[in-house]
Amino acid sequence: MIGLVFVTPWIFGFLAFKAIPLGMACVLSFEDYNIVSSPFFIGFENYWTAFHMDEFWQSAKVSFLYVLMTVPGKMLFSLFIAYLLSLNVKFIGAFRSVYYIPSLMGSSVAVAILWKFLFMTDGLLNRILGKMGLPLVGWLTGDYTALFVVSLQHVWQFGSTMVVFLAALKNVPQSLKEAARIDGAREWTIFWHVTVPYITPMVFFNLMTNLVTAFQEFNSPYVITGGGPNHATYLMSLMIYQNAFRYLKMGFASALSIMLFLTITTVTVLLFLSSKYWVNYQD
Amino acid sequence: MAKEISTRRVVSRFLTYAVLILIGALLIYPFLWLVGSSFKDANHVFTESVIPANPTLSGYIEGWKGTGSVSFATFFLNTAMFAVLRVAATVVSATIVAYGFARFTFPFKKLMLSVLIATLLFPKTVILVPSYIIFTKLNWVDSYKPLIVPSLFAADTYFVYLMIQFFRGLPRDMDEAAEIDGCGSVKRLLLVLLPMVKPAMVTCVLFQFIWTSNDFLDPMIYLSTEIKFPVSIGLKVNMDASTGEIAWTNILAMSVLAILPPLVLFSFCQRYFIEGIATTGMKN
Repeated sequence: MIGLVFVTPWIFGFLAFKAIPLGMACVLSFEDYNIVSSPFFIGFENYWTAFHMDEFWQSAKVSFLYVLMTVPGKMLFSLFIAYLLSLNVKFIGAFRSVYYIPSLMGSSVAVAILWKFLFMTDGLLNRILGKMGLPLVGWLTGDYTALFVVSLQHVWQFGSTMVVFLAALKNVPQSLKEAARIDGAREWTIFWHVTVPYITPMVFFNLMTNLVTAFQEFNSPYVITGGGPNHATYLMSLMIYQNAFRYLKMGFASALSIMLFLTITTVTVLLFLSSKYWVNYQD
Repeated sequence: MAKEISTRRVVSRFLTYAVLILIGALLIYPFLWLVGSSFKDANHVFTESVIPANPTLSGYIEGWKGTGSVSFATFFLNTAMFAVLRVAATVVSATIVAYGFARFTFPFKKLMLSVLIATLLFPKTVILVPSYIIFTKLNWVDSYKPLIVPSLFAADTYFVYLMIQFFRGLPRDMDEAAEIDGCGSVKRLLLVLLPMVKPAMVTCVLFQFIWTSNDFLDPMIYLSTEIKFPVSIGLKVNMDASTGEIAWTNILAMSVLAILPPLVLFSFCQRYFIEGIATTGMKN
């Protein structure tokens, strides 16, 4: 029973800062509330308002596009780099550190500002293009290029995903690969049929964590593009922030939050259910 | 035949290094450019070279003053205080809770552990609004309390999980021997286990320090007086207030200062970071 005493802080913290707020978000999503006056029950109206709003569908669309671009991009790139590093490369520690730095600092405002300076119309990249005599690109003023820049910023932070893959790749028994090699299998075949099945638990883990973080991304789009141009990078977290803290529509923002929560939960549960068909647990 | 294989090997080896170095250079170039450009004079900020032609400290001197009434000295002090308090709260609470989960049995422990693991994936954005309402009702807004108090109650589940994994990896015979000698549960944690879990605690300190200094959304929501802002908000406010290339060097210089402490910490303690990620990932 003493153990219970030690975990009490967590129980309290979980209830006070996670469970109860989540419950409150549910209730608030059915209310009209601006913090100043008292809340007012309005049923599903916040949800209907959202469904009839172009801005909402735009935000949902770019959120999904963002996830669809960044998560696979980050996973494949991390796996590629981790694979190269697992080939008995010298100075592996130095490479790993260099690749990890963007992941460590990437979400900071300082780095987001740096990206803005690189990609803005009179920023570094366009000046280089100009010098080379190439046409300039309005990176942050075009809808798709802006979303691309913001997504690229996210993929650039692939370090921790890569470190997890690298640790997993190092655990693949050499004997398995040797056996396949003796049987005459090519490196590519060995990779897909021996290595990848062996690291599926880590693919699953990375996929889960990256999906959840990508759905919630806020800092870089907020600093680099502010959600623009024309809401092209107006991710759901930005819409929630805007409605809650700019327009003080606490009820409406809660309805958006609940929809985001249901989306994330559905995606992770589906992924979890699918895992028994493609994730191999050795033990 | 043998020779052909070995040339192929050399070529593929060479290609591997070439790709690794090229990608590494591309990833790190923005950082080098940032550092280099912070010393450039205002007219030459946007040149692609990393090395400034006429190095000057004006970006640092002017930038430090800030554009509003508050200088970066205040912002940095705020971040330092915020980070120290939050890191301490996190490490202490995570260690105590993890000790409870890893070394004792109690009713509903299994259920609680699954809840804990589920909250690792809990999307914080979803509770932004209700949390703000709770802290407004408590009259905690425009103070650091909403940013620090939850950490006292092990709100950062990631660290609890990391500590549990680490405790589980430790042999039980030491604390069992101490228990037979009549050592109480608190004493066992403090005298026997604490020295052994130090590496994991260091990992928690490092990660939480960096995440706290990068924290942006929560401070932006809860703090409204400029004099209380941390560096992250200070940077954003100064960026929004400034136009033109002179102001840009100032922002670049302050950005360098903002990422410097985490970067220095990382380069000295890399082992802890890499092991930290590998542990939580591997043992899932």
